[in-house]
Amino acid sequence: MRYAETGFNLEVDLTRGNIERVETDPRDTELYLGGLGTNAKILWDRVPPEVEPFSPDNLLIFSAGLLCGTPATGCNRTIVSTISPQTLLMAFSMMGGFWAPELKYAGYDRVILRGKSPGLVYLWINNDKVEIRDASHLRGKGTVETAELIRQELKEPNAQVAAIGLAGENRVYFASIEQGRSSASRAGIGAVMGDKGVKAIAVRGTKDINLARPAEFMALCNEVLKYIKFRNENPIPGVMPILAGLGSPQEMKVHDEKWHTENFMWGNSRVRRKDFWNDEVAKQWAQTLDSMRTRLISCFNCPMTCGATISPPGLPTYMMKCFSKLTYTMAAFSDLEFGLGIAQSATEHGVDAFSAPQVMAFALELYENGILTDDDFPGMPSDNEGRFYWLLDRIVRREGIGDVLANGTYWAAKQIGKGAEAYAHNNIKKHEQLPLKLSMLNPIYFLMYATGEKMNITQIEGQFPQAPFPTREEREAFVKDWFQVPDEKFKQYFLDWEPRGEKSMPYYPTVEMCCDIVDWQEKMHYIDDALGMCSGLSSFPLKPPYHIHNYPKFISSGTGIDMDEAKLTQAAKRYRTLVRAVNIRRGMRRKDDKPPENHWKKRFPELEKELLDTYYKFKGWNNQGIPTKESLHELGLDYVFEDFEKRGIYSDNEGTPSSETLAEEKI
Amino acid sequence: MGEKKKKIVKTIKVDVDKCNGCRACEVACSAFHAAPKHSSNNPARSRIRVIREPLKDIYVPVYAGEYTPAECAGRDKYTIDGKEYEECAFCRASCPSRDIFKEPDSGLPLKCDMCESDPTLEKPSCVQWCLVDALTYEEREEEVEEGQEQEELETGLESLVDKYGMEKIMDTVARMSASKKD
Repeated sequence: MRYAETGFNLEVDLTRGNIERVETDPRDTELYLGGLGTNAKILWDRVPPEVEPFSPDNLLIFSAGLLCGTPATGCNRTIVSTISPQTLLMAFSMMGGFWAPELKYAGYDRVILRGKSPGLVYLWINNDKVEIRDASHLRGKGTVETAELIRQELKEPNAQVAAIGLAGENRVYFASIEQGRSSASRAGIGAVMGDKGVKAIAVRGTKDINLARPAEFMALCNEVLKYIKFRNENPIPGVMPILAGLGSPQEMKVHDEKWHTENFMWGNSRVRRKDFWNDEVAKQWAQTLDSMRTRLISCFNCPMTCGATISPPGLPTYMMKCFSKLTYTMAAFSDLEFGLGIAQSATEHGVDAFSAPQVMAFALELYENGILTDDDFPGMPSDNEGRFYWLLDRIVRREGIGDVLANGTYWAAKQIGKGAEAYAHNNIKKHEQLPLKLSMLNPIYFLMYATGEKMNITQIEGQFPQAPFPTREEREAFVKDWFQVPDEKFKQYFLDWEPRGEKSMPYYPTVEMCCDIVDWQEKMHYIDDALGMCSGLSSFPLKPPYHIHNYPKFISSGTGIDMDEAKLTQAAKRYRTLVRAVNIRRGMRRKDDKPPENHWKKRFPELEKELLDTYYKFKGWNNQGIPTKESLHELGLDYVFEDFEKRGIYSDNEGTPSSETLAEEKI
Repeated sequence: MGEKKKKIVKTIKVDVDKCNGCRACEVACSAFHAAPKHSSNNPARSRIRVIREPLKDIYVPVYAGEYTPAECAGRDKYTIDGKEYEECAFCRASCPSRDIFKEPDSGLPLKCDMCESDPTLEKPSCVQWCLVDALTYEEREEEVEEGQEQEELETGLESLVDKYGMEKIMDTVARMSASKKD
């Protein structure tokens, strides 16, 4: 018997309409765990670098994490992986909600889609019965709307549905996959789903998920619940409220948005409004949120209530979480009422709430600067809010200028030319980043931004405080019950870290310390992504209930696989390296490992070079960021080395130029 | 009339306004009742189910009660605070009109037993796992008439007699008591 996992994949060939249930090799679980780890292995094995994002040979994998469907609190993430049309690299966007556990209860660990369906279809997985069904009547429907229609049509109110909207159908490069209160948004995976002709995947499962050593596993769960209660009652002092507790940043709860609105950038990630927040704004925004927010809600088996049901006046209800609350508001220089209203349309159309507002603000900036003209915007309203609604509509339909903007700021700027590239200024690896511009280089964040292949800083950072605490007393108090550290040395790094003086940024933490810190942060995210754990209870917040010391116990008692800290660390390193290998094989090199030029005002080129050089070495990568023969061998990834050799990847020191052709044009 | 007797009534208080819809209660319940205990979980076997309609803001944790062989003749709707609920949203019965509160493979009815076990739990599993306090546990003391049980027994037996006939019931009781003696 397989424990925690089901041991079966669902292989769906959309071209031929063939569906197979395939037993997986338990040895792969030991090596790659599940979720992201297994996805990386499958993409390495089955999607060679010649395969373009919109090729039928690209795979779209929906993987439940290894511990999804067990009683482990907050373990509910679906990890969706494919080759991104935007970055042309491996995308691994994720969603919480209820889909992954339902898939496990239906008897599968993951669904692997290949080929392309001749017509628009949806997949209906009902335990052992799996069907490809016609979805032509759902064409153009919103994501939330589609989920409801499918549940009604199947007469199955308990089915969990992941769906794309117009944006996905029209292969918008920042199209999302939406699922009730959650979405997998980054890097355009919704476009790949649309390209494959799949409108939705509905799942219903009524089978058991087994545990290898139940008593031990349940004791660990109870400890986690107890610690969550403790952390809820004891927020971390000295940090801003959204970082003091557990869960995703509690954007649906807080009214005080002084910090975000005055520190994050408005418009096309350009304008800082230092005196924006005042009593009147506070009052108005509080009123807006209170009047539209009907309930705080959670993902499967989690007490954190990070999401909310939002009912804007005159519009259908939808669900929201986290920072999408402010991205539209701030991109349009508007207010919360506008932001919560347009997010309703954006959720139904299925677009990423970081990229979409930034793309629209980018378009308006080009217009203001004469690079785009009235001819590009026929019939666009004159007010800012109206313009955003108009642009969103053009983008998701790929009409007129919308067809260009639908490719994201990087590709749109290239197509538009006339100096538009300078306005696509907030990208890493062709992908829009958080609207943040800061003054002085932070060496820890430099490394995370540069090398984090997860593409979004909120899914890379965590655990270690973002800034030093002012006094030694406060720092001592903080480290007192900081048992989550993998090694005592991290406490010392933090104790000695001062806001100014000799031991302050950018030269402290030292380069070596930065490597340790970033590696720890990254490791915890990668473990979460294989297990299906929400980073809100693990890798993101300070002092989380899940950490490197209890994770091995969860895995051993859950799956029956012998696991300890060293073995888990090694496994995480193995599939993290495999993610890099997939990307290296697609042309990613050192030149791509860089934050936006203007992310910090004060830069330190020599220090940055030293940081990158040292971190590459620390990770077992050569000077181009390519994993070395020795490090691959140590991880049991000799097959990667052989492939690299065969392709001449090592001999090419300058790095092959990464692909610069639009995914659209390649097919 | 019989003597007054004290009785502990185990009560789970359900605050639907506090429910976050996470279904941890279903996970905890089905794990607790797995054999061996906690060896598996499956919300479809849970004796508590959250009736959820997120877009209508309907969240009702409801417990499995008695089995009923027939469905209700009519089905009413209730409007509470402007939200329209199916009557079934509050009904505890394992009944033919819906698939909840039945074992998914055998179809046998499920019933909440307040996690009675040895050693006794401090509070039922679902309550322990509900950190948002939509479910809380309370023990109330009630005074009941001794005679009441007798009355209940007679009512129950009468309905069985109506259904199967006196003779069949007598035979069954006789056979049951004979087999007990063995």
